[in-house]
Amino acid sequence: MKIMGQDGKIRVKNLNLYYNKFQALYDINTEFKQNRVTALIGPSGCGKSSFLRTINRLNELIEGTTTEGQIYLDKMPIYDKDLDVVNLRKRVGMVFQKPSVFPFSIYENVAYGPKIHGIKDRSHLDEIVEKSLKAANLWQEIAGRLNSPAVRLSGGQQQRLVIARVLAVEPEVILMDEPASALDPISTARLEELITELKNSYTIVIVTHNMQQAARVSDYTGFFLNGQLVEFNTTDELFVNPRDKRTEDYITGRFG
Amino acid sequence: MQGKWQEKIWNGMFWLSGIIITLILAVIIIYIIYRGFSSVNFNFIFSAPSRAGKAGGISTTIIGTLYLTAVALLIAVPIGVATAIYLEQYARRSSRLAYLINLTNDTLAGVPSILFGLFGFVFFVIFLNMGWSVLSGGMTLALMILPTITRTAQEAVKSVPDEYLENSLALGAGRWISIKRVILPSALPGIITGIILSMGRAVGETAAVILTAGSSLNMPMSLTDPARSMSVHLYILATEGLSLERAFGTAFLIIIFILIINYLANLSLRSWSRQT
Repeated sequence: MKIMGQDGKIRVKNLNLYYNKFQALYDINTEFKQNRVTALIGPSGCGKSSFLRTINRLNELIEGTTTEGQIYLDKMPIYDKDLDVVNLRKRVGMVFQKPSVFPFSIYENVAYGPKIHGIKDRSHLDEIVEKSLKAANLWQEIAGRLNSPAVRLSGGQQQRLVIARVLAVEPEVILMDEPASALDPISTARLEELITELKNSYTIVIVTHNMQQAARVSDYTGFFLNGQLVEFNTTDELFVNPRDKRTEDYITGRFG
Repeated sequence: MQGKWQEKIWNGMFWLSGIIITLILAVIIIYIIYRGFSSVNFNFIFSAPSRAGKAGGISTTIIGTLYLTAVALLIAVPIGVATAIYLEQYARRSSRLAYLINLTNDTLAGVPSILFGLFGFVFFVIFLNMGWSVLSGGMTLALMILPTITRTAQEAVKSVPDEYLENSLALGAGRWISIKRVILPSALPGIITGIILSMGRAVGETAAVILTAGSSLNMPMSLTDPARSMSVHLYILATEGLSLERAFGTAFLIIIFILIINYLANLSLRSWSRQT
């Protein structure tokens, strides 16, 4: 592929992750390309979500977490001890498994990020909210209801609202942790459509249980098993021509 | 025989238990209104007591009650809520300090109010030389209601879904900003409920207040003045045989106070839940 030569937006070097004495990730080395969707697949407990959370350092919330190795966002080492986590998380947004809207209005949910990052001007905020909701394909459905409580939206709408909330901070990378697992098939299809649109402007890393989904939305796929990145390749190659026996067993449904 | 009848009997028992509670409340309120209503009028509420409470009104004790409760809340709410935030959001799960705070808090919650009164008397009134005053009384009440406020605020903060914090942090918010802007607003109804419960306790407290705020019938003008609360007034009127009718009148107003507090709390909770 033509982008092969290009440097990765995110480069992971010899990453090991421990929860107290339990090692959750073993020596991960990989790269995620700019404006591409990378899917991470693997059975439950294989470390794919833990890995995702090392990229915005959200793993540190769990007591007893230690990380070795390094991840670079462009040239910035994420695990540098002087790193500003706020700045990192501004650049690397995250969408979680369960859509979790704040108990505010739709508007306030989207404006939350920009506000905490210091934007006070009302018309500027209005502009960001509108732009983000449009980019998340939610604007048309909720226009005119900006001030109604976000919790009244459907599950699929809530997940897109959460994405709009992430977009409002203007990140460069979006991490998605099984974003469709709580959604119905129609909402899932809309979300996948949205992901394909978003990759024009963002670098996306998505963890998914659903191999069809990985095949549909991603350009690259990594297969995790027992804390190791067993195989990483273009999605087409990995699904058609897996090199590792374990990958083959997993994608053909022999376990997982 | 077994299934249907057993079901009916238990059903009836549970229904009866509920009715008993309602009846107790109704009987108390109706009796107090019946006995107290005749002595409550404009004068009773707005004029100062005279002849040790046998004549005049109870205005100074109403002000005293408000004053004492306000001081208690101003001290206890910030400390209690801050402690709750520390315990639920900052302390590590294995923290020995958090364990100690929780243990202390639970123990304090079970201490009888007269002991708080005795402590307040020895510590604030005598040792700190603050005398019988609104400040001594308010601080003692603050100590007394602190465990309730802390515990309920803790439960309220704990009931906020963890995902809120995760989402907020992932958007680049610091921990304190996330707490201030997402967690505390979500926990507010629970926190307010705790405050209301403790207001009720503070308004009704007698033993601790009589030992620390005194029982002066003069209008308390400053924090260093002694004050008599409505409950203390009721106690003195009744035990010293000054006027049982006026004691009931005071009780009537205390009940009205508590009902208003509960009503306002309900109102604020409802308007809050409408937004979400």
